[in-house]
Amino acid sequence: MAENLTREQRDAYWAKTSRLMWIIMALWVFFSFVVHFFAVQLNNIVIAGFPLGFYMAAQGSLIAYVVLCFWNASAQNKIDEEFGVAED
Amino acid sequence: MAYRLSGGFVNNLGKIYGTYTGGFIAFTIILAIMEQMGVPNRVIGYCFVFLTIGVYAYIGILSRTTDLSEYYVAGRVVPPFYNGMATGADWMSAASFISMAGGLYLGGYNAIGYVLGWTGGYVLVGVLLAPYLRKFGQFTVPDFLGVRYEGNTARICGVIVLFCASFTYIVAQCFGIGIITSRFIGIPFEAAIFVGLLGILVCSMLGGMRAVTWTQVAQYIILIIAYLTPVVWLSTKLYGLPIPELTYGQALQKIAELEKTLGIVKPHVSAFTDAKGQFSWVEFNNFWALCLCLMVGTASLPHILMRYFTTPNVRDARVSVGWSIFFIFLLYFTAPAYAAFAKLEVYSAVIGKPIASLPAWVQNWSQVGGLLTIRDANNDGILQLSEFVINQDIIVLSMPEIAGLPYVISGLVAAGGLAAALSTADGLLLAIANALSHDIYYKLIDPKASTMRRLVVARALLVVVAIVAAAVAGTRPAGIIQMVAWAFSLAAAGLFAPLVLGIWWKRTTSIGAILGMMSGFGICLYYLVATRYFDMPLWFGIRNISSALWGLPLAFVVTWIVSLMTAPPSQEMQDFVDSIRVPKGKLAWTKDMSHE
Repeated sequence: MAENLTREQRDAYWAKTSRLMWIIMALWVFFSFVVHFFAVQLNNIVIAGFPLGFYMAAQGSLIAYVVLCFWNASAQNKIDEEFGVAED
Repeated sequence: MAYRLSGGFVNNLGKIYGTYTGGFIAFTIILAIMEQMGVPNRVIGYCFVFLTIGVYAYIGILSRTTDLSEYYVAGRVVPPFYNGMATGADWMSAASFISMAGGLYLGGYNAIGYVLGWTGGYVLVGVLLAPYLRKFGQFTVPDFLGVRYEGNTARICGVIVLFCASFTYIVAQCFGIGIITSRFIGIPFEAAIFVGLLGILVCSMLGGMRAVTWTQVAQYIILIIAYLTPVVWLSTKLYGLPIPELTYGQALQKIAELEKTLGIVKPHVSAFTDAKGQFSWVEFNNFWALCLCLMVGTASLPHILMRYFTTPNVRDARVSVGWSIFFIFLLYFTAPAYAAFAKLEVYSAVIGKPIASLPAWVQNWSQVGGLLTIRDANNDGILQLSEFVINQDIIVLSMPEIAGLPYVISGLVAAGGLAAALSTADGLLLAIANALSHDIYYKLIDPKASTMRRLVVARALLVVVAIVAAAVAGTRPAGIIQMVAWAFSLAAAGLFAPLVLGIWWKRTTSIGAILGMMSGFGICLYYLVATRYFDMPLWFGIRNISSALWGLPLAFVVTWIVSLMTAPPSQEMQDFVDSIRVPKGKLAWTKDMSHE
């Protein structure tokens, strides 16, 4: 543990980190499962030749994953800096 | 590349790999010119296979090392961008490169579970595991289990799961290497496996993780160029835009029209339909089950997790997960385009046409044993859909010919497929051999062994595991995709719960985690073996490639209940967990940790 953190600071740091984790996990569940539950209905919407249900599974969710991973890295880094526990 | 890989090397990565990429493109162009001048196809195939293996071997030999930290974790100097590329190559195997697009061709929407499943797991890796395992900073995944769950029982359980999952996976890769090598240099399958094996060993044996890392970066560059070239070309030719990921929407529309005229009942894009084109709950359930098992398996496979042990710090481990998924995404969001273009070609230029005047690529591939068969069942001289059977593995391999490209591009695609299979096999082999040499030999059998001796043991085990894997692959136990999916389920059921709970729930006790691992992994293995070999009926219609659907929840529930029934972990252990949660600062010391 970073020696200069008090117990309260450490708990606050972990609460923020956990909150970020739950937000990203919720979005992960949404893009991995929830969207595709409606694939049959979404397929009735067609954009540039792509039925939307098909598009979400073949590309949409993948783009979301890339964004989520980079976003997690930068958001967590901000939390680290706020609490002074980022590495030098 | 002329110098020993050292600090100077890491600072010049951009220049080195830039030159390398340029050199590879120049090499391809020279071969293209030679082809025009009349050099036979077989020679071009040889050039691609042997020259690329030669380059990997060269990098492997340059990266030789006698330092333990270099051998096990590449000296922890790999920048996130390059670790992303290496993870991409480590990740994308023969199954992704060769079989996946073909699977999408045959399965349509229902097969997209593979695309989702093999990408979504990186979110779990980046958020739940990678940064904390990097902070922990030892050599292997079982190391973490051994320290967090205080003792060798947890460590051995970890090694057993790791071994079962990674070994199943590596057998599938040896199989893929055998198929590609035998097809492009024309030697028997069994012999081709061992030629490929030399390629794997020469990369990894002398330099361990360091050599594998820098070879995998080189392999990623080749595999992505090879995968994108034919399909970008075809997209430009058909729609005037070199972005196949956008243009295949138009192909999908044409396919839908052709499906109507040809009377095909199961449309390409319709979700969760059975062979008759009706919505099916079995397909629906299997889709979710497979997605979940592959995603969680991603976050449990030690050869992927150990890539994040090699970054300089925790921050870089997180960023590196982002780059990994980006580089993997480049291939995965292109695969459905392959499937769509191939389907369009088959529906518009092959089906319903006179057999005497089929396109050249169909005639060429129908002469290679059993991959594409045309049988005029009703003797009318016209090819009906039911008379045309295509193996999923040739969709990617035949795309250059469908696009009307010269043979040199076929050679390029073969080199790409080989790079994909070799790089994954390297990573897996190292994960297995390291677990055996570090966790079993050093930690359990001879903790006083010298550095020299540990490296000798590590290398000897590497060779033994490689030979056994190749021998098993020679018996052709099952299809590539199936074996790979089993590996994911085994890893997910056995490792995910103890890893995640060990970091995120301080109350997890050793006995809880060990029983959780045993029960989760046990039920998964039982379901897999019983349904595959003893004709046990499927539970709720869930196929055995998604066996972890039963093991995963059981592992969590057992760990949770047993942990609450046993005494909480010591204060010392709780301090240790606190210390891996924070990027900065030292780890709190616990008694099972070694100082290296």
